[in-house]
Amino acid sequence: MRRAPPARAYHGEAVAAVGSRPDAGSALYQENYERMKALVTRLQEQAEKIRSGGGEKARKLHTSRGKLLPRERIDRLIDPGSPFLEFSQFAGYRLYGNEEVPAGGIITGIGRVSGVECMIVANDATVKGGTYYPITVKKHLRAQEIAMQNHLPCLYLVDSGGANLPRQAEVFPDRDHFGRIFYNQAVMSSQGIPQIAVVMGSCTAGGAYVPAMADESIIVGKQGTIFLGGPPLVKAATGEEVSAEDLGGADLHCRKSGVTDHYALDDDHALHLARKAVRRLNLQKKVDVTIEPSEEPLFPADEIYGIVGDQLKRNFDVKEVIARIVDGSKFDEFKALYGDTLITGFARIFGYPVGIIGNNGVLFSESAKKGTHFIQLCCQRNIPIVFLQNITGFMVGREYEAEGIAKDGAKMVTAVACASVPKITVIIGGSYGAGNYGMCGRAYSPRFLYVWPNARISVMGGEQAATVLATIAKDQKAREGQQLSEADEAALKEPIIRRFEEEGNPYYSSARLWDDGIIDPADTRLVLGLSLSAALNAPTKKTEFGVFRM
Amino acid sequence: FVKWASTIGGHNIRKILIANRGEIACRVMRTAKKMGVKSVAVYSEADRNSMHVAMADEAYCIGPAPSQQSYLAMQKIMQVAKVSAAQAIHPGYGFLSENTEFAELCKQEGIIFIGPPSSAIRDMGIKSTSKAIMSAAGVPVVEGYHGEDQSDECLKEHAKRIGYPVMIKAVRGGGGKGMRIAHSEKEFLDQLESARREAKKAFNDDAMLIEKFVDNPRHVEVQVFGDQHGNAVYLFERDCSVQRRHQKIIEEAPGPGINPEVRKRLGEAAVKAAKAVNYVGAGTVEFIMDSQHNFYFMEMNTRLQVEHPVTEMITGTDLVEWQLRVAAGEKIPLMQEEILLRGHAFEARIYAEDPNNNFMPGAGPLLHLSTPPPDSFTRIETGVRQGDEVSVHYDPMIAKLVVWAEDRQAALRKLRYSLRQYNIVGLSTNIDFLLSLSGHPQFEAGIVHTNFIPQHHDELFPTKKATPPEVLCQAALGLILKEKMLTNAFRDQSNDKFSPFASSTGRRINMCYTRRLSLLDGESIVDVAVSYNQEGSYNMQIQDKTYLISGEIFNEGDSVYLRSSVNGTVCKSKLVILDNTIYLFFPEGSAQIGLPVPKYLSAVSSVGMQSGAVAPMTGTVEKVFVKAGDKVQIGDPLMVMIAMKMEHTIRAPKAGVIRKTTICRSHLGGSNPDTHNGFHCRIRALAELLRKIAGGLSQRVVVMAMSYLDEMAFQVWLCLPAMVHMDQAGVQCSWLYTGRFQKHALQEDSRTPAQLDASQDRPDFPLQILLELLTLHLSLTLIFSEVRKK
Repeated sequence: MRRAPPARAYHGEAVAAVGSRPDAGSALYQENYERMKALVTRLQEQAEKIRSGGGEKARKLHTSRGKLLPRERIDRLIDPGSPFLEFSQFAGYRLYGNEEVPAGGIITGIGRVSGVECMIVANDATVKGGTYYPITVKKHLRAQEIAMQNHLPCLYLVDSGGANLPRQAEVFPDRDHFGRIFYNQAVMSSQGIPQIAVVMGSCTAGGAYVPAMADESIIVGKQGTIFLGGPPLVKAATGEEVSAEDLGGADLHCRKSGVTDHYALDDDHALHLARKAVRRLNLQKKVDVTIEPSEEPLFPADEIYGIVGDQLKRNFDVKEVIARIVDGSKFDEFKALYGDTLITGFARIFGYPVGIIGNNGVLFSESAKKGTHFIQLCCQRNIPIVFLQNITGFMVGREYEAEGIAKDGAKMVTAVACASVPKITVIIGGSYGAGNYGMCGRAYSPRFLYVWPNARISVMGGEQAATVLATIAKDQKAREGQQLSEADEAALKEPIIRRFEEEGNPYYSSARLWDDGIIDPADTRLVLGLSLSAALNAPTKKTEFGVFRM
Repeated sequence: FVKWASTIGGHNIRKILIANRGEIACRVMRTAKKMGVKSVAVYSEADRNSMHVAMADEAYCIGPAPSQQSYLAMQKIMQVAKVSAAQAIHPGYGFLSENTEFAELCKQEGIIFIGPPSSAIRDMGIKSTSKAIMSAAGVPVVEGYHGEDQSDECLKEHAKRIGYPVMIKAVRGGGGKGMRIAHSEKEFLDQLESARREAKKAFNDDAMLIEKFVDNPRHVEVQVFGDQHGNAVYLFERDCSVQRRHQKIIEEAPGPGINPEVRKRLGEAAVKAAKAVNYVGAGTVEFIMDSQHNFYFMEMNTRLQVEHPVTEMITGTDLVEWQLRVAAGEKIPLMQEEILLRGHAFEARIYAEDPNNNFMPGAGPLLHLSTPPPDSFTRIETGVRQGDEVSVHYDPMIAKLVVWAEDRQAALRKLRYSLRQYNIVGLSTNIDFLLSLSGHPQFEAGIVHTNFIPQHHDELFPTKKATPPEVLCQAALGLILKEKMLTNAFRDQSNDKFSPFASSTGRRINMCYTRRLSLLDGESIVDVAVSYNQEGSYNMQIQDKTYLISGEIFNEGDSVYLRSSVNGTVCKSKLVILDNTIYLFFPEGSAQIGLPVPKYLSAVSSVGMQSGAVAPMTGTVEKVFVKAGDKVQIGDPLMVMIAMKMEHTIRAPKAGVIRKTTICRSHLGGSNPDTHNGFHCRIRALAELLRKIAGGLSQRVVVMAMSYLDEMAFQVWLCLPAMVHMDQAGVQCSWLYTGRFQKHALQEDSRTPAQLDASQDRPDFPLQILLELLTLHLSLTLIFSEVRKK
């Protein structure tokens, strides 16, 4: 990357860099590094498997029809050589028992098309014919939610057999089910967020509404079909025998019905037309924040592996992580000496201004008040906030309850909930209890939420939960005049710990779409940069806070 | 030279008109500028934006593109000379440079013709006259017999006098027909008989001439200069032996292996020749030289030759300046003993032509043109710039590259080094051929003769090998980096300059981005799997080998260069990407890699093409395999045509049924069943032309072949019906016409064979050779009717 001199860099105005050179030779660093590296390697291996979609046979069949694979479609849709911010690769991961649904059967992400950042939603027809499982619906809706929050034009590369019939009950009726896709299309269109559909395969029943609801639609000749009822249904309903092409092919829809607007000769052509369609949207990104030349951090990103490791019990200084994420490792800390278990400060990532909130231990009243103050500053100044979450929770104990930690915690939660600047959360370690709320967990609608592969998310630690349950059991036994043997206690705790471990695992979380993806810690800077860039497409909204309990 | 620079001799030449175009016009203007002489350019409509017009102090349009109506229009040029008040006219070479009438006209109008007196032009223009004059002046000439007496005894007698081996040639002959070599008296009669038989058959005339046969001769010519005071000097010889299509492509001075004694004899013979005709100005005396360095006068060119710069380089002179001084009445600036030979110079002529296609001349735009940096030892004589067009109307020479060094070896090294830096995109050139020619061991050894190219044909035209994967990787890298440049340009225009989305890192989440790139190496598609590595390098996989590639694009001068590292080997090449082709110019050669055109872009252009089978080039139909009603599959052979001495099979572009086959060999004015719109009106125009010609010949004429030079011009090959019957396989005697269309009407430009022969468009290109080429090249225009879709 080109190193431009930073703006306004008068002598003496340089911000001191944070971070230090780690003792790379230490046993701890090396162990941490190896273990985190192993987690990352596993992540990449799993991602590689997911990349291949529905298996060799399905891919062969797909390509033998002259169709491109969904990831190739995306590669050719976005500006050549530009990055693609893919979401939730692990959607549906071990979710349906033996049924594997790689990436949830749908690929979503943000990429630049003709210079415009767009949300791309591409069905993977090699996975169960591209049918919608419940998780597919959820992922599609999440993509639309991101698009809506960040004002990103939507490009739907449709190649789907519609709802997965055996699971229709989990797919069709509820508010956040299939119908919501079209609701979102209509609402986004009304908000001026362009909706473009490219029909590259079948588009049956409900699916037919994706192109039909789009602002502009493209269809591939002799390949794309759109109909409310497919040939089998038509035959069942009326006895009419008709081929898919005659029933809803490109010629019909471009020449007669007018359902689609553009006729493409093949996938490549369709993607070319889609790029042209985006070009004529007459959209220009207006960034509402100051931008300074981007600088690489002073320290290599992979040192994070050695600093953080995979043992959540081991403490690390979040500032070392920040030093490996922000421009020039420059971090302007706010209230450095007050409530120091919460680190707050200003920095830049790829030239964009950010306020960073990170954890260096359990939250006390002061830390919560500091966090609240800092969030108010960011909202006042229209600075996006990045949460680096590694939190065991708020401090417990008589002294703290008496001090009103619940009230101070509530202040921070209120601030986090109401802040309407872009919020981006990365879970870099533990995420437990109310700490998850205060640090902008999923429920607080951050624009994006990512997890590291070492992260754990649960209401409390497995160990603690087991101890709590064991204590309750002990008390109960005691009331009955019995004692809980050591062995019994261990037997009681073991499954709880195991269950918490399993359910707190990032793969478990990501499979259910509790986050937007597991990322390599070394990619954090890039992912944050891409997310910030995408988030800044939305116009600024003034924050209005609720009542802060004083 | 200072003492010459102020005024010039008896006449004061302050302004000259240059009755020429292209590089020579520019060359003359450069010297004129140096001498403080104003220059006036004339140009045809086709040359409106050309370099010589831009260089001149004044420029006048003298008519439409055809040279007959512009550069050969003496009256128009004279008019311009008067209007612009030019005192002299420099004719350059070609066009009017050796035109007696024009020299006379200048004399009448009181304008100095920068060239010899018209009498010298006339004397030297007629071969038999010039030989007689030279013979009388004691200049060695090729012995021969051109007499009326055709008896065996007489011919044999003369052969004996001339000395064996001798050449027996048909008087009407050409192109090797009716030509035999007799090595001894013993075989003379047999060869004579055989030559007569062939000549009779081909030309219906068996008159023979006898000439001394020179085996593998060299073409050596001497630059001479005369003045109006009766002085004449020589500026040593040039060797121009290596030729193709009887045209020089590489020249050098001095001639390799010629010792000072022979050099002196050559020079003195040339001066003798010049003095014999009271020669004034720059002239060239051409000799053929045998392997024993015996030389014989061939002809004298009464003009400044294309290859004059090599002489200038070795003598440190400016011959155009000399021409101007001598024309003004001054004496020759240097005495014979003051003219010293120093070092060695080469000139390579860069032509728009296709060496792999029998040096077929080409035309088209110079989309990219970069040259080696000129200095005092490297001259680039050109009349075109990047973006200019090589016109179909004129000589297809793009430039002359002239280099000088202390000795031949060094000069040759320099020539090759400079040739590699001469990079042209847009049309085919002979640069690669010049490189293999100048790198041939025999050429390096100075063993040159006029038969050089045919003799070493196989080494000079190596079969094209597949492009090495390393080069394909570099092409792919060039493409990716060019994309990156465009992305960066977009980024720099936006107000969001540092967004990682605006980068070209190809980053993906938890995966490596691998991109399938298809490249075209000739006809074959090569798939390259390009993986984007995080640190900015690329892994490229071709078949089962992977290469680690990195690099950058940078500008140097006007050119874009690619510095690439392939598995650690760094190399620099010039990069040009135009439309769907990537051009790479390396120090040791060049590569041209295509990009497959996506279906959606090619579909539009191929719609029209799909309806018929199209001949790949002009040629004659040999065999037709199908008849109306036949069913064909895609790729089935439809017919075989012969072109460029090769058979070409034309295949069905798609499956279907043949509706009809029509091969256009229509009789004069005959109908043409074709329904092709554009062609139809052309045929009508052609019929008109034929009627005109037939009127003159009062014979029926058969159209044997016809081809289009471009949108507006065609060539047609005609012959008499009798001849068709006489020899179906190869008709020897026929005529070529060039015609031009303008709004479906013919211009008056259509020339008769005689005119064509006299035409100066292609100076060294006699009609007979043209005709011979045509028998090979011209197509029977075949209109293969629609292959109907099944």
